[in-house]
Amino acid sequence: MVEVLAAILMLLGAFFVFVAALGAVRLPDLFMRMHAATKAGTLGAGLVLIAALMVFGTVAVTTKALLAFVFLLLTAPVAAHVLGRAAYYDGVTLWDRTAQDDLKGKYDQAIVALSEGRTEGDCEDAARESDRPQ
Amino acid sequence: MIIAGSPTLLTIAAGISLTLVALSLLLGFIRVLRGPSLPDRVMALDMIGLTSVSMIVLVGVMSDEAILLDAAIALALVSFLGTLAFARFIERRERGEDG
Repeated sequence: MVEVLAAILMLLGAFFVFVAALGAVRLPDLFMRMHAATKAGTLGAGLVLIAALMVFGTVAVTTKALLAFVFLLLTAPVAAHVLGRAAYYDGVTLWDRTAQDDLKGKYDQAIVALSEGRTEGDCEDAARESDRPQ
Repeated sequence: MIIAGSPTLLTIAAGISLTLVALSLLLGFIRVLRGPSLPDRVMALDMIGLTSVSMIVLVGVMSDEAILLDAAIALALVSFLGTLAFARFIERRERGEDG
């Protein structure tokens, strides 16, 4: 019974990994690709880890698999957010049919230019300053 | 490495899953090669890291080696730190070259 459940979870996880990769290749711009890749990638790896947990069933493996799963859940959104922000800074072109870009003009190239030649703290201050409305 | 003898339900499922995951690695590699900008490539590398984590776990299940989970955890950690470092680099680098 547990084996059947583990096999189903394993196949489901692999399917999600595959869908994530398909999305990363087929979707039209970076942010849509990230949307596919990070979320589905995490879910896929997490389901495979839970399947492994069920197959082995010992305390040591269960602890390690749960640890890895929690680690993935904690780090994948952080990595995606940091990378998305950096990409927007970098001026990645959006899809030509994008309807609305709320960040337009808020992450200015000038902020990046300002930060050069300053210390870390000054740079953070400058970024906070110019994030503020008005 | 792989258990000899008659295939069980688990080894069959792990085999099918490994095929799908290997195809995903190939697709991720295509994105790394094609990706028009540097963030695209970094995103694809991050995805390849997560895919490799699932692959290692699947091989561990197939060959009944629980110790491979440690390798998966280490790879997840390295992949996360690598993505963070790349993102900082993208944010701070000099402009002027092609993306």
